[in-house]
Amino acid sequence: MTKRTHDIRRYPGFLPMTILCLTLLYAPLIVVTIYSFNSSNSITNWEGLSLRWYVDVFTGPEAEKFKRAAWNSFTIALIAATTATTIATLAATGMIRAGQFKLRTLSFGLISLPLMVPEIVTAVATLIFFNSIGFVRGYTTILLAHIAFCIPFAYMPISARMQGVEDTYEQAALDLYASKRQAFTKILLPLMMPGIISGFLLAFIISLDDFIITNFVKGAGVETLPTAIFGAVKQGIKPNIMAISTMLLAVSIIMVTISYFISKSDNKT
Amino acid sequence: MINTTPEKSQIAVDINHVTKRYGTFTALQHMSLSIADNEFFTLLGPSGCGKTTLLRMIAGFEDVTEGEIYLFGDEIENLPPNKRPVNTVFQNYALFPHMSVTDNVAFGLEMLGRSKAEARTRAGEMLELVQLSQFANRKPSQLSGGQQQRVALARALAPQPKVLLLDEPLSALDLKLRQAMRYELKSLQRETGITFIFVTHDQEEALTMSDRIAVMSNGELQQLGAARDIYEAPHNVFVANFIGETNLLDVTVKHITGGRATCDLGGDYALSCDAIDGVSAGAQVHLSVRPERLYLSETATDAEGLEGRVRDNIFIGTDIQTIVALNNGPEIIVRTSNSDRGSSRIFEPGNAVHVNMEAGAARLLVD
Amino acid sequence: MAAGAASGGSARSDTYKEARTWLLMPSWIVLSLLVLAPVVMMLIYSFLTKEFRGGVIWEFSTAAYDQFFCSRGLFGDEPCSIEWTYIQIFWRSIWQAAAATLLSLVIGFPTAYFIATRPEKIRPLWVFLITIPYWVNLLIRTVSMKFVLRDQGPLNDFLMATGLIDDPLRIVNTNFAVQLGLFYSYLPFMVLPIYASVERYNFSMSEAAADLYASKWTTLRRILLPAVKPGVIAGCILVFVPSLGSFLAPDLLGGAKNFMIGSLIEEQFKGNAGNWPFGAAAAMILLSMVLVILMILARQQARAQKGAEA
Repeated sequence: MTKRTHDIRRYPGFLPMTILCLTLLYAPLIVVTIYSFNSSNSITNWEGLSLRWYVDVFTGPEAEKFKRAAWNSFTIALIAATTATTIATLAATGMIRAGQFKLRTLSFGLISLPLMVPEIVTAVATLIFFNSIGFVRGYTTILLAHIAFCIPFAYMPISARMQGVEDTYEQAALDLYASKRQAFTKILLPLMMPGIISGFLLAFIISLDDFIITNFVKGAGVETLPTAIFGAVKQGIKPNIMAISTMLLAVSIIMVTISYFISKSDNKT
Repeated sequence: MINTTPEKSQIAVDINHVTKRYGTFTALQHMSLSIADNEFFTLLGPSGCGKTTLLRMIAGFEDVTEGEIYLFGDEIENLPPNKRPVNTVFQNYALFPHMSVTDNVAFGLEMLGRSKAEARTRAGEMLELVQLSQFANRKPSQLSGGQQQRVALARALAPQPKVLLLDEPLSALDLKLRQAMRYELKSLQRETGITFIFVTHDQEEALTMSDRIAVMSNGELQQLGAARDIYEAPHNVFVANFIGETNLLDVTVKHITGGRATCDLGGDYALSCDAIDGVSAGAQVHLSVRPERLYLSETATDAEGLEGRVRDNIFIGTDIQTIVALNNGPEIIVRTSNSDRGSSRIFEPGNAVHVNMEAGAARLLVD
Repeated sequence: MAAGAASGGSARSDTYKEARTWLLMPSWIVLSLLVLAPVVMMLIYSFLTKEFRGGVIWEFSTAAYDQFFCSRGLFGDEPCSIEWTYIQIFWRSIWQAAAATLLSLVIGFPTAYFIATRPEKIRPLWVFLITIPYWVNLLIRTVSMKFVLRDQGPLNDFLMATGLIDDPLRIVNTNFAVQLGLFYSYLPFMVLPIYASVERYNFSMSEAAADLYASKWTTLRRILLPAVKPGVIAGCILVFVPSLGSFLAPDLLGGAKNFMIGSLIEEQFKGNAGNWPFGAAAAMILLSMVLVILMILARQQARAQKGAEA
C-alpha cells in the first residue's frame, strides 16, 4: 500500500475525470483519422491500411469540387485574416496606446460584438443585409463577412500582448529622438509580433472553419470546404470525407501548435 | 562642490514655478529649481513625492500644467521628448529586447540621422566606456542586471545629451552591485562632464553621489543643498527625519538671548541651541539631535546634565545603539561606534548614565 | 475567446493619442457596416411582410411575431391563443443547452482544477491540450462524433465485442447525442475560466480550513467553490449561450425529432419554402435572450471585481 496523501490540493476522482475529458475530446478525432486510412469502400468494416481515399480526394470524381472549395477556403482565409489582423492591430493601438477617451467602452463593445451575437444570428443578419442592399451573394460576400467576424479573434491576442509590452520601450525610443511613427514601426510592432502572428493564425483558422455564416451568405455555386463537406455528409459519411477531414484537422493542429510555440518562446525572454 | 544657487550662465535646467495636476490631484506644487551645468543633482524623496513626475516632465513624458522648464536658456516644456537634447536611463532600463546591445546603443544616433557606420562606431566607444565591448552582439536578455544597467547608461549617453536623467536606475540591483555602481556613476559623470539629474528614494545613495540634493515631499521642495548641509542642518522635521536617523524631541522655548534659545525638554532638563527665525519664547517646537553626536558617561561632562537609565542595547554592526530613558523625560537614542569601544565602556540595561551632547548638535526645527 | 469580453484592458499609455481616430476608424467602419447595420436590418425585416419565394415585401407587418406567439386556428381567423410549437422548440433548446452545460461542468470542473494544480511550468501545455480540439473545424468534430456514435460505429462495435451489450445502442438522433455534441463543441469555454480562477485561488485558504479541522470535501464546498464561483458562472454562460443557437450538433446528431432554434431559423432561409420575416423574428428573439444573459454575466463580473477590490 502507498501512503495516503495529505496534499490539500488533491481530490480523488479528479484525475480520472480529466482522463475521461481528454478521451471524449480526442477519441472521435483519432478514430476518424484511423478510418481515413481504411482501404474498404464501406466506413464500417476495417480492411487494412491504404492511402486510396487520399488519392481519391485529389483524383476521384469529386476532386474538382473539393479542390475549388479548398482554394476558395484558403484564399478567403488568407485575405480575411490579413485584413482582420491589420484592422485589429490598429484598433488595439488606438484602444491601449492612445489614452482614455469617451468612446472607448463603445469601441470595445463594437469589437467584441461578433463574439456576443450567436453565430446563427450574425449569419441571418448578414444575409438580410446583403439582400437589402442588393449585393449579389458569392465569393465577395463570404469574404466581407469573414473579415468582420475575424476581427475580435485577431484582436484578443494582439491586445493581450500590447498590454504586456510596457510603454517605457516606446518612451525610450522617443527619448532617443525617434518620431512616433518610428517608435511604432521600429519598437512597438516588432515587440508585438508574437501577438500579431497568433492573432493572424487564429483569425485564419476561424475563417477556415466557419460553416454557418458561410452557408448563409455564399449564394449558389460558391462553396468553401466546410459547406462542401456538409453537403456531402448530408448524403452520408463517406471515406473520402474522412480523408479530407483528417487533412483539415492536421492543418488546424499545425497552425495552433505554431501559435502555441511562438507565444511560449516569447514568454521565456 | 556647488553650494550656492548657480549663476545664470551656468544653469543647465531651470524649473520655473512648475505645477503638475492630474485632475484634482496635485503632484507638484509651484516647484522652482536651478540645476547647474556639470552638476550631479539628486531629487530625493519618498515614493509619491513628485520626484519622478518632475524628471518625466524634464524628459517630456508628462505635460506641464503650469510654469516653464528651460534647458540652457531654451524653453522646452512644449517640445515632444524626441526634440529635447536630454536622455533618460529608465528604472527598468527599457532596453529594446529585439535588438542587440550595439543596436540599442546606436539607436539614438540613428534616429538623429547619423550614418549607420558612425552610429555603430560611437556605440562601440560607449560600450568600451562602460566595459561591455565583449557583449556587443548579445541580446539584452542575455546580460545580467548590472550589465543591462550599463547598457542603458551607454545608450542614453551615446547621443551626447546636454543633460542625463536617471530614474532610480540602481533600484533593481542587489546591494553590493548598487554600491559599486554608485562610484561608477559618479566617475562617469566626472569623465563626461554631462549634467546628471538623479531620482532616488534612497538617502544613502543621494548622500554619497550628489553635488546637491533637492529633498521633496508631497509635491513640494523641502530643502535644497549640498549633502553635508542637508544632513547636518535640516530645515524642517521632514528633512531631519527622512535623511539619516535622529532624536526628535518635543520642546517648549523658554527664552531667547543673544541668538541662543533655551528649550524646556520636560522633566527638569533644559537644552540650549541656536535660535532660528520666526521662533519666540513660548513656542512649541522640535529639537533634532543626531544619535552619533551624543555620548554616554558615568559622570556628567557637559553643562546640560541629562541623566537617565539604559533601557536596551541594539547591536547594528558598525555601531551600538543605546536607548536611554531620561529621568522624568523622554527616551533618547545614543549611537556609539564599535571602533570607539576601547575608549568608552558599554553600559548594560539598568545602568544609570549621563547623556552628553557635542557642541552644536541640537537643532531647533518647526513642523 | 469570449472570456476576453469582460474587460477592455487598461489604457495607461497615450503615446499615439493624436492618431487615435485614424487607428480606430477601420474597425469602426467594418464592424458597424458588417455587424451592427445587419442586426438593425434584421430587426427591420422581422417587421416586414414575407414574399413567397423567399425575401420580403417592404410593408410593415407584425405577422412574424404573431405567427411565433399566437395560434389562430386552421383558417387563421380565431382570436390569439398561445402557440406552443415555437415556444416548445425554444424551450427544448434551452433544456438541451442547460443539459450540455451541466455535462460540461461535471467533466470540466475537475479537469480545470486538475490542470490548475499542475506544476506551473507544464500548465500551459495542459491548457493547450484542452484547447486543440476547439480549433479543429466544428463541422469535422461533429461529423467525427456522429461517426463514432453511429449504430454500426466503432463505439458500438467495441461495446459488443467486449460483450457489454448484445444489440447496438441507439445514440445518434437522441437528446443525449446532441448534448454530447454541444459538450464537444464548447467544452474549452467551461474549462478556461474555471482554470483561470482556480489558478488565482490562494491555496493557503484551503490549508487554513484544513488546519481548522475542515475535511477536504467541506473545504471544497465551503472555501474553494465560493472563491472560484465567478469562473464557474462565466464558464456556464459561455457554454450555454452558443449552445442555445447552435446549428451543427442538433442538425447532424439530433435528427428531425430534436429540432432546435438554430435549425428552425436556418429553415426559414432555405430555398423557396422559407419565411424571412419569421426567421428574422426568431433570430431577434434568440438575440434578445442571449443579450439578457450576457448583461447578467457582465453585472455579476463587475460585482465580483468590486468585491475583490474591497
